[in-house]
Amino acid sequence: MDGVVQLQRQLLDYTTLLFQEGFLNDQFTQLQQLQDETNPDFVVEVVSLFFEDSERLLNELANTLDQQSIDFRKVDSHVHQLKGSSSSIGAQRVQNVCIAFRNFCDAQNTEGCLKCLQQVKNEYALVKNKLETLFQLEQQILAAGGSIPM
Amino acid sequence: MDMAIEAQFHVLAVDDNLIDRKLIEKLLKTSSFQVTAVDSGSKALEFLGLQEEEQRNHHPQEMEVNLIITDYSMPGMTGYDLLRKIKESSSLKDIPVVIMSSENIPSRINRCLEEGAEDFFLKPVQLSDVSKLRPHLLRRKAEEEEEKPKRNIRKRKTIEESLTHMLMEDLNKFISIEDIFGELNYEFSHKRWKFGS
Repeated sequence: MDGVVQLQRQLLDYTTLLFQEGFLNDQFTQLQQLQDETNPDFVVEVVSLFFEDSERLLNELANTLDQQSIDFRKVDSHVHQLKGSSSSIGAQRVQNVCIAFRNFCDAQNTEGCLKCLQQVKNEYALVKNKLETLFQLEQQILAAGGSIPM
Repeated sequence: MDMAIEAQFHVLAVDDNLIDRKLIEKLLKTSSFQVTAVDSGSKALEFLGLQEEEQRNHHPQEMEVNLIITDYSMPGMTGYDLLRKIKESSSLKDIPVVIMSSENIPSRINRCLEEGAEDFFLKPVQLSDVSKLRPHLLRRKAEEEEEKPKRNIRKRKTIEESLTHMLMEDLNKFISIEDIFGELNYEFSHKRWKFGS
């Protein structure tokens, strides 16, 4: 059981760090609190949807910004979606970039938008990696017969 | 009857964002609501129209929607457009509508409330927001139950009035009142009644 305790400590420390570094915010905790026996994979399900949806949006954004004549309303619409979903799962840093991104859309600033696209791609990749690590830790704990500490 | 436990409310959730739809569905189910989630205003109206048809075909309890919760910013028909369409419909206008939005814009909020929205939730919506809905719906249900006997009395009165009206109309076909003070002639098949002469 020693191994489990260690893993649980690791998970708690890791989660705390993610919050401290601003990758996740309280909304993520809200999601965790909604998870129960009737829906034990709720958080993983929602986050997986977020990954799929974000990847689609990032592709759309790259395409839309690659056009000769950029349709900024379209760009804004995609960023709005991404801002919404990242906010709903508590992906704070992604959400923050989206806010800046929308301002550049309003100003029809191509360079600003391209920079933001790069930034949001980076932040997305980071939070994806962090969340996957977090879920892996959870799986390890469960596999070792332990329970997820809240 | 303990209404708090027995009351099953059906909520129609409208949001074009996949993640938000999953989240609102979970929030509602956790709060013991029955949920139908759609991704657009037009699909919502379709569902409500279908629901109307079911009621006409005498399947009232299955599909009845007790509350609509909708996102504000949606492509095509916004949550505000949907709200207006619902309030303009004689059959749907009494269904409470709650608006959700990620943007805290007072003028937007006021517009929605003025148009008849029950409440406005800021996204991301939380359990504490959704838990406000049940007591509100229970109160409405209690008020409706109180209204029922009153409504039946009113219905009866209306029927009585229209029957009286019909009878008077038929009578008048046979009676012609010649003057206020004078004679009243009544002809009924062979009989002829005359008052005064």
